Amino acid sequence: MNIQARLLAEPSDAFISDDIDVHHDTGSMTLLGFWIYLMSDCVLFAALFAGFAVLRNNTAGGPDAHELFSLPYVAVETACLLVSSFTYGMAMLAVERGRQSAVLAWLGVTLLLGLGFMGMELNEFGNLIHDGAGPDRSGFLSAFFTLVGTHGLHVASGMVWMLVLIAHVLRSGLTDANKTRLACLSLFWHFLDIVWIGVFTVVYLMGVA
Amino acid sequence: MDDSREFAPALPSHGSHAHDDHADHGSVQSYLIGFFLSVVLTAIPFGLIMSGALPSGTAIPVCVGFGVVQMVVHLVYFLHMNAASSRSWNMAALVFTVVIVAMVVGGSLWVMGHLDANMMPGMNPKEY
Repeated sequence: MNIQARLLAEPSDAFISDDIDVHHDTGSMTLLGFWIYLMSDCVLFAALFAGFAVLRNNTAGGPDAHELFSLPYVAVETACLLVSSFTYGMAMLAVERGRQSAVLAWLGVTLLLGLGFMGMELNEFGNLIHDGAGPDRSGFLSAFFTLVGTHGLHVASGMVWMLVLIAHVLRSGLTDANKTRLACLSLFWHFLDIVWIGVFTVVYLMGVA
Repeated sequence: MDDSREFAPALPSHGSHAHDDHADHGSVQSYLIGFFLSVVLTAIPFGLIMSGALPSGTAIPVCVGFGVVQMVVHLVYFLHMNAASSRSWNMAALVFTVVIVAMVVGGSLWVMGHLDANMMPGMNPKEY
């Protein structure tokens, strides 16, 4: 098999050559690239946080954070995401030890916790819109729905990605390519939890304080 | 498949690499420590705000402080960021991003705060 055929057959191992340092194998190169993407995503969230911080008092006579948000509800959402970060960590440890069934089980638990979080967030959005506090009510609520909704969309895409990876692992096992994919999703999932720390601090805690 | 065997010595698999460099993926203990610290760092600000123990002037900087510390805990225990040389590019990108985020958020608040303060009476949205 010539090199080109290998490139086509194993895209994740495509850029390995002898002149690349052993510690910079394709897996870690891919992870660095993905990390750079996450950092650019951070800047996107910074813009949304800045918009929210500027607009958070512009309620246009409508309801403010005090009236709208229930901290115990947010605490449960936070718990879902935090525990899911931990369970994903356990999945990555199982990946490292090559225990495929444990990987799938932990990914399943993580997915369920993600579903719980998304369900609670959609329920909250639905209640707000039903009570006339939708994104069209005030600058504060527009910024709120944009910021929290963008985070929610990220979590939803992370869950779709997790389903795809579960299918990959079921089909071909813990190959190097799948390990790299799982490591990328691990970065993504933990990153979303970090963004959520910003959301519950700035939006919910500071709103109700 | 004979050719592919020639590549094998030069191809450290991700798995074996992870074993050499244990800090890459952490351990059950490090995840448990990170999880425990996160629970504490989340519970305290929620408790402070829900009990109304602090006036909002002090509560806000306290919440921000807990949030920042918890983000660092996540970076260290879940994302395994450290000063090791193999991760220096990750760290450089992170530091750059933190600077940009601080400028975007801090700068917006600063500029818009002055703008609000300089509004004609009756036009400040906070007065409605």
